[in-house]
Amino acid sequence: MNREKSGYTMIYAAVMVIIVALGLSFTHQALNERQTANVNIDKMQQILRSLNIDATSAEAQQKYNELVKNAYLINSDGVKEEGTEGITPDDPAFTTDPGDENAKGLPVYEANIDGSVKYIIPMQGTGLWGPIWGYLAVEADGSTIYGAEFGHQGETPGLGAEIVMLSFREQFIGKEIIKEGQFRSVAVVKPGQSVSDRDYVDGISGGTITSKGVDAMLRSSIGEYERFLMNLNAAGEGQ
Amino acid sequence: MVLSNKTKAVLLGPLNKNNPIIVQVLGICSALAVTSKLEPSLVMAVAVTLVTAFGNVIISLLRKTIPNRIRIIVQLVVVAALVTIVSEVLKAYVYDVNKQLSVFVGLIVTNCILMGRLEAFALGNGPWPSFLDGIGNGLGYGWILVVVGFFRELLGSGTLLGHQVIPQFMYDAGYVNNGLMMLAPMALILVAVIIWVHRSRNRELYEQTN
Repeated sequence: MNREKSGYTMIYAAVMVIIVALGLSFTHQALNERQTANVNIDKMQQILRSLNIDATSAEAQQKYNELVKNAYLINSDGVKEEGTEGITPDDPAFTTDPGDENAKGLPVYEANIDGSVKYIIPMQGTGLWGPIWGYLAVEADGSTIYGAEFGHQGETPGLGAEIVMLSFREQFIGKEIIKEGQFRSVAVVKPGQSVSDRDYVDGISGGTITSKGVDAMLRSSIGEYERFLMNLNAAGEGQ
Repeated sequence: MVLSNKTKAVLLGPLNKNNPIIVQVLGICSALAVTSKLEPSLVMAVAVTLVTAFGNVIISLLRKTIPNRIRIIVQLVVVAALVTIVSEVLKAYVYDVNKQLSVFVGLIVTNCILMGRLEAFALGNGPWPSFLDGIGNGLGYGWILVVVGFFRELLGSGTLLGHQVIPQFMYDAGYVNNGLMMLAPMALILVAVIIWVHRSRNRELYEQTN
């Protein structure tokens, strides 16, 4: 057979591509379920880390079910949308990504730790090289931070990537995002510097742009929950 | 099974005197990127070995049918398909490691070692020698990655495969992890050190200086 003919080349290419496409879609179908389960467990681990719990992937599901008692979407007035409750990976709170403009609302998770409720808010922002994200657990007063978790896609190892380290995350514990009845967020500043009007934590030395990204993410992502948090805060003071 | 001398050379050559990284200086990019910890280095080594071996076998089996004009495209499709399968399997079974390797699994496609072996060896040899050649080159690439990953994790984080190996009293006595080890330039320097040691033991690899 003449291997140099155009007809042969074209048929060869077409048959090859079809076989490869079939093979790949079959592989994807076969593994899809496991992959989705892994992604969900990863998300549960992140939520648990915002509650200062380091769960292995094996125990994450169980711990999550134990601690997270409710999850739902809130509307722009900070009020729970009816019919969106549920904590499983198929429920709206879990499937809604922060930053999704077509979403029906903003996801909130409620966890119960030692008898008190913590509200967990997902965050999304931009670092130096790509997306960064995180979860912030807030006490029932809507202001005091109980724990924080950060993740990133490709920040510089040893510099910006340090935002995932416990030493950075635990600085947030106890900081207040509402001051004098106003939403202020928490600032991330260069180590050694300070701001007067709100609580602040030290950024990462050498990871200035990532630190600024975290600062902006806190302000914008938590800012969207301002009404919700203010409502919690007001309810707490009324008691 | 006893291998003939020629087959042995095909399998073992890339581990030493014909090493893709330290002699041919191929595949450096991923060697820098994934070696900050030992575990991703190991997984990457296995992944590249499998892709090279099976890519070689497939191309070798097809070598009499591939139209010459599109042979690079055919090689690329075969490699890309294998890499996609590896990536899907990693996502399903070792999700954490897959997260650490991130884009570099996909970038195996662009690994010069792969296309080099397909073009230089598999197109002209039978499936069995091609398979051994792929395994040899994959392992030749892999052992360098593992050595670099070992030292970077040990000196950079004080751990191996995530377990603390440098005891706490060393830190109490003032020992500090070397943060430089976590950055890519240090991988280049470590590779250079391996090349230095390797060359000093193999005089025939010296370049001619005029």
